[in-house]
Amino acid sequence: MSEKVLMKGNEALAEAAIMAGCRHYFGYPITPQTEVAAYMSKRMPKIDGVFLQAESELAAINMVIGVASTGKRVMTSSSSPGISLKSEGISYLAGCDLPALIVNVQRGGPGLGGIQPSQSDYFHATRGAGHGDSHMIVLAPASVQEMVDLVFKGFDLAEKYRMTSMILSDGTMGQMMEPVSLEIGEINEYDKSWALTGTKCEREPRIVNSLCLQPEELERQNFARFERYKVVEEKEPMYEQYRMDDAEVCIVAFGVASRISKNAIDLAREQGIKAGMIRPITLWPFPKKALSAAAGRAKAFVSVELSMGQMIEDIELAIRCSRPVLLCNRVGGIIPTVEEVLAKIVEASKVGGAE
Amino acid sequence: MMVFEKPKALTDNVMHYCPGCTHGIIHRLVAEAIDELGVRGRTIGVASVGCSVMSYNYFNVDMVQAAHGRAPAVATGVKRSDPNNIVFTYQGDGDLAAIGTAETVHSAARGENITVIFVNNAIYGMTGGQMAPTTLPGQITQTSPYGRDVKTVGYPVKVCEMLAQLDGAAYLERVAVNDVKNVRNAKRAIKKAFQNQIDGKGFSLIEVLSTCPTNWGLTPQKALEWLEENMMPYYPLGVYKDKEAQAND
Amino acid sequence: MTKQILLAGFGGQGILFSGKFLAYEGLVEGRELSWLPSYGPEMRGGTANCSVILSDTPIGSPIVTHPDILIAMNLPSLDKYESEVVSGGKIFVDSSLIDREVKRDDIDVYYIPATKIASDEGLSGLANMIMIGFMLKNTDVCSYENVDATIEKLVPARKKDMISLNKKAIELGYNFK
Repeated sequence: MSEKVLMKGNEALAEAAIMAGCRHYFGYPITPQTEVAAYMSKRMPKIDGVFLQAESELAAINMVIGVASTGKRVMTSSSSPGISLKSEGISYLAGCDLPALIVNVQRGGPGLGGIQPSQSDYFHATRGAGHGDSHMIVLAPASVQEMVDLVFKGFDLAEKYRMTSMILSDGTMGQMMEPVSLEIGEINEYDKSWALTGTKCEREPRIVNSLCLQPEELERQNFARFERYKVVEEKEPMYEQYRMDDAEVCIVAFGVASRISKNAIDLAREQGIKAGMIRPITLWPFPKKALSAAAGRAKAFVSVELSMGQMIEDIELAIRCSRPVLLCNRVGGIIPTVEEVLAKIVEASKVGGAE
Repeated sequence: MMVFEKPKALTDNVMHYCPGCTHGIIHRLVAEAIDELGVRGRTIGVASVGCSVMSYNYFNVDMVQAAHGRAPAVATGVKRSDPNNIVFTYQGDGDLAAIGTAETVHSAARGENITVIFVNNAIYGMTGGQMAPTTLPGQITQTSPYGRDVKTVGYPVKVCEMLAQLDGAAYLERVAVNDVKNVRNAKRAIKKAFQNQIDGKGFSLIEVLSTCPTNWGLTPQKALEWLEENMMPYYPLGVYKDKEAQAND
Repeated sequence: MTKQILLAGFGGQGILFSGKFLAYEGLVEGRELSWLPSYGPEMRGGTANCSVILSDTPIGSPIVTHPDILIAMNLPSLDKYESEVVSGGKIFVDSSLIDREVKRDDIDVYYIPATKIASDEGLSGLANMIMIGFMLKNTDVCSYENVDATIEKLVPARKKDMISLNKKAIELGYNFK
């Protein structure tokens, strides 16, 4: 274990990307993710890397596509309204089966919204962004250490499955400082026989492309891609269980909401309520099996989220609506308080009990 | 003995372009330039959206297909990934001068060391002949059925003239492929645009006035005449920027 | 032991920096900690506050809503957070900028004219660290012995001259009677 240092989440994430071998970053200024770009602009020139501030979010994501098509690790970062703009490129990345890492430090919306923390991009991210029939691997850090660890994971999974990985963070995770160990994570070598490296006049040209005008062929590609997604859903869900051994009220929360929920769970247990939490670390693939297993004992679920009831749908689907699922949410940049979550746990314990 | 051969930088695939369309000529000129400069093995092309969307099937080099208008941004990524790559985009007028204006302007402003082949035929071809940013005043298209009315939809974008204002652009020239003399001149310009990149001189764009017999509703021969009589007066041929020449002045 | 600390004042008073000092103290002492800033969209002069939690066990929420310790460096901050301090908690008031007394009687209150001391001692801009020194003296949040090590970790090498000034400010606060 290397010595722990104090770093802001956004900066730790950026340094982790560099440690993971990323030498190309393209971005566009937007609050509250600017530290990532600022950090990259300082570091990249010193390590022969590329930092480029693009003229738009669209240009940035397309520059990402350019580097990704050559098989190198590349990333961009933005915040919610900027991620909306990047959606076009996200769809092309999926259609071209290119690996890339996108960081979304979410802020409240819709529209221009505010600049305070939010989780309102949940649907957009977990449904693959873009214009449909594709997925991203969505990773939700809940500590500065995870901002580091999930960068390595994100690049690795992206290359392993030729998909885009998105780190779905928020202003709290980005701005907070915690002791963090900057340790090199797993870096695996994957087949890149698709990458554009120039033919050297020695091989047939390679084409990175998402256009396909033959319906039968395009359908075949889609089915094949979803076979791959199925493997991801089978093998890659990540989650943390907190005091779930005997839990009758199961909170589901990610990111900053999960941190608040831990305090609320501890307080609930002091009151004799058996509360616990499943914290999804991957939002796609969603840890469906863990939730459906929890539904065996838990009488009720609570979705704690900084959005208008988005993840709650995935919880209901995962447990096939076999238990009541309550919503505890604040939006617009407001973070639910420990007391609010506690009150919802108490309410859930009664709902569950009455069943 | 001179033997007329297909350039090595073109594949054997049969092109899908309409009879009389000049895309085929321009493809060939690009391929000849790549061959003659000996860079085929390290060239990566960026196809755009429009009639030339499937140019990835015709150039015998690694190719990536970009979203509408984004080719210069994708090319920026490919070039920055490895500056040894010779990177070109091949874009039409709707792609480059409407939906991709920002990418065009800013890659030029950055002096991005890439080569842009800009095919201007004053119409959206692939979608069936709609008004383009370069459609001439009064020109009839599917979406300007009474002729382009500048009072309501404004004026055409003159790309070379516009980009010439940018310090970042190294070389801008407008050429045409309507007759043998102009085709030979276009070849010279395109080759120079690639040579510039090899020499690290920065952003080069060649605007090629081209025909669209199908959507103009003309025979190939008449289309060539229409280009000369209507497009060339509005879009004068010539060099709009050449940093090197300016430096030598 | 978990201590939840809220530092609040105007932007430009070094609120975030003094919060960082506490965080680095925690790091030097090998404790669990979190530091979370909160500020408005203004680049200058807006409100600034900072949540710092030091603990011996993993930290849940990094947001301090009910502080054990409040450091108030302007009136709006005291007005806003006085009622949020836990019963039995402590409030530290910069009395040169806040001209009222704390109304609650279930908490310990400590007054120090930190901004005035700073300007009298030629340490303008370091009232924040005087507040920190004053707080270290009157709480057991973290130890005074680690101040030097912490300051040296916190202040970048290129601002070396600031090290002794920061130490002096903390000392002044610590020894304030």
